Amino acid sequence: MPNLNLALAAPPSVRLTALDQLWFQVSGTVCNLRCHHCFISCAPDNHSLWFMSRRQVREALADSRELGVKEYYFTGGEPFMNRDIEGMLEDTLTLGPATVLTNGTLLPPRRVEGLGRLAEASRYTLEMRVSIDGVTPEMNDAIRGAGTFDRALEGVGRLVAAGFLPIITTMQSWPDRETDTILAAFREVLAGVGYARPRLKVLPPLLMGAEAERTRGYLPTERVTAEMLEGYDVDQLLCSRARLVTADGVLPCPILADVPGSRLSTGLTEGAELPVRLTEQACYTCYLNGAICANMPSGTGDYG
Amino acid sequence: MRFEPGREYSKVAVVGGIYSNYLALEVCLADARHQGVEAVMCLGDLGAFGPHPDRVFPLLDAPDVSVIRGNYDDSIARGLDDCQCGYTDPRDNHFARLSYRYTFSNTAPANRAWMAGLPGEHRFRLGELDVLACHGSPRQMNEFLWESTTPMHFLEKLARDHDADVILGTHTGIHWVGRLPGARAYVNAGALGRPANDGRTEVWYAILEAHGRDLDVSFRPVEYDYRRLGTEMAEEGLPEEFIETLETGWWTTCLEILPGKERARGRF
Repeated sequence: MPNLNLALAAPPSVRLTALDQLWFQVSGTVCNLRCHHCFISCAPDNHSLWFMSRRQVREALADSRELGVKEYYFTGGEPFMNRDIEGMLEDTLTLGPATVLTNGTLLPPRRVEGLGRLAEASRYTLEMRVSIDGVTPEMNDAIRGAGTFDRALEGVGRLVAAGFLPIITTMQSWPDRETDTILAAFREVLAGVGYARPRLKVLPPLLMGAEAERTRGYLPTERVTAEMLEGYDVDQLLCSRARLVTADGVLPCPILADVPGSRLSTGLTEGAELPVRLTEQACYTCYLNGAICANMPSGTGDYG
Repeated sequence: MRFEPGREYSKVAVVGGIYSNYLALEVCLADARHQGVEAVMCLGDLGAFGPHPDRVFPLLDAPDVSVIRGNYDDSIARGLDDCQCGYTDPRDNHFARLSYRYTFSNTAPANRAWMAGLPGEHRFRLGELDVLACHGSPRQMNEFLWESTTPMHFLEKLARDHDADVILGTHTGIHWVGRLPGARAYVNAGALGRPANDGRTEVWYAILEAHGRDLDVSFRPVEYDYRRLGTEMAEEGLPEEFIETLETGWWTTCLEILPGKERARGRF
């Protein structure tokens, strides 16, 4: 029997341990697709959060040096909907490594060639993370829309030909016992477009936005309480290591991009100093799974 | 010269993860002493990957050698479930578990106790530079600092936060140096345990020499009898994939942790 009193307890706060990851919501909530599992319901007509300018990104990059940021992530919406994305990446790659989270459907040959040149010219890595949510058109397109499986695979093929080893991310929509079979099928499909040594990353679903309609929302008891943080390694939570910069200010993390009231500040330096209250139920998924949004697990224990 | 924390040196050798490669360690120590180093700093991860983990300990038990604790040593000493590398990829995890179980069950209790007593970091002077030797990073024993994912401003913050001119680390297995303004630097010593994913069979360590605040860093290749090591690994039932790495210089396992740039340089 779940303890319903937990849901009424005051949410705990988390302070930044170090600003290791700086996220940019460069295309706001605007996306060329309308995926049924999107946790911020991004779509062509969702203009609740608008595009960032190259100048806004530059200002945050300047602040990020003093704060000692280790990695930069570009997300949306679909980052390649932002016409200045290449310039933003060029600015970023003079400072540190950059990762772009893309649906892979806006990668025509000329753009991929340009990205390849940017990657080659920098001492830092440029990672392309492409979301594909199934090993067949039927499985993927049911979530991401008609034709997106073939278009994303075509994008992956171009990236590989340009020298990238894209990280293929997929939301787990199958029971755990099928994971090995699904991953084997992914490897086969990706080999078909010339990707012989794929990097695969499986993500848990976030039960909010469009996904709450597709499956279910969070239960009242699925939230983080102060008691749950006792003895817990808080550095597993993204908000202890990251901030999100948007056109509209600084937020704790990309999962909360479209959650009203989650804005922390206008500037990055101020936003890095403010604690984050774990009021949102999505924080529960982060609590259970660790900082799922980063490319790599950040390591456990011994921090500080 | 006997190593003493806090003491001033002018020339030292820095040795990264050994991963039970006692044959490479023997050659490395002889080469470093021949180069006239005053002390050898071993940055931890004594076991893993290779055969007969107990064979590295007599070599490290020398007055001029100083050892700090890596995540592998920490896990083996404390009897943890895994090596704390944080793999999520099932294949990487499979090989990491094989290696960890072998190393744990073949490390003598006395050596486990010795590792439990190792310090997590060392500080000393090199010329006029304050040096901090650690395993991963000064803030986290198992933090990966790769050349392609470590911004210079991040290293500057580490140096500032931890009052060091020079930070020494390993943990990734690929050597590199990051030069910072003001004669400061980060040096990743690479690893003696396996090749640097560069298609060469040699393994690497670093020699640092300082006059005043002028720091010279050189990486030295170590040629050792990798065929003999491979034969012993096969006799011990260690995976063929590990032996292939020794023979080809390309990593075949633990690939998930590599950033795209470093991974693209390798074969797998």
